[in-house]
Amino acid sequence: MKISLTSLFVDDQRAALAFYTEVLGFKKRHDIPLGENFWLTVESPEMVDGPELLLEPAGHPAVKPYRDALMEDGIPLAQFSVEDIEAEYTKLTNKGVVFTQPPTDIGTAFVAVLNDTCGNLIQLIEMKSNWNDAEAS
Amino acid sequence: MVDVFRALDDETRRLILDDLSARDGQTLFEICTTLAMRHGLTLTRQAISQHLGVLESAGLVVTERRGRSKFHYFNPGPLAQITGRWPSSKRSEQ
Repeated sequence: MKISLTSLFVDDQRAALAFYTEVLGFKKRHDIPLGENFWLTVESPEMVDGPELLLEPAGHPAVKPYRDALMEDGIPLAQFSVEDIEAEYTKLTNKGVVFTQPPTDIGTAFVAVLNDTCGNLIQLIEMKSNWNDAEAS
Repeated sequence: MVDVFRALDDETRRLILDDLSARDGQTLFEICTTLAMRHGLTLTRQAISQHLGVLESAGLVVTERRGRSKFHYFNPGPLAQITGRWPSSKRSEQ
């Protein structure tokens, strides 16, 4: 079994597509009209046949209280891996991206948390090269 | 209102203040991450939230909203009660 798709609720699908492609650098994979909305997915250009990220409309009444509570406590809903977190932090900050947490050393990795402007927080992670899963077990 | 002495009488709360004085303005998520990864304290988020509530009630932590997230800041003001009650300068003069 493989994880092929995961989803994030977004306030506005067009604004989300712009943020996830133009700012974060993902590629659009599917953009299929579905009633008033779209089946809209993006993927990483760095991965062949990697998982798709579905940018799902946030219209369901349960979404707002759920996301508001997580946003208040600074809890991210997805994590993206990067090679160089300091470089990403500088690049994205220059593009106007707001971080709720700047790059932080947590021992095994560096993490940072950004606001995707669509109602979600996203964690970036740079694993330390000398770290492997064997050490964790 | 919790007094400053009770608020400080707990190692987790003292570690939270250590982390905030090292980097001020953290979300609950960041505080939880730091306590788990740097100090090996795997408390539930709810427990940490309660510790923050005690610190906030004692005035040692203040919160501020930026955007839709809540950030916690260390406020050393109430610590003056300790040095005010037992001033070190007074003793050294004797």
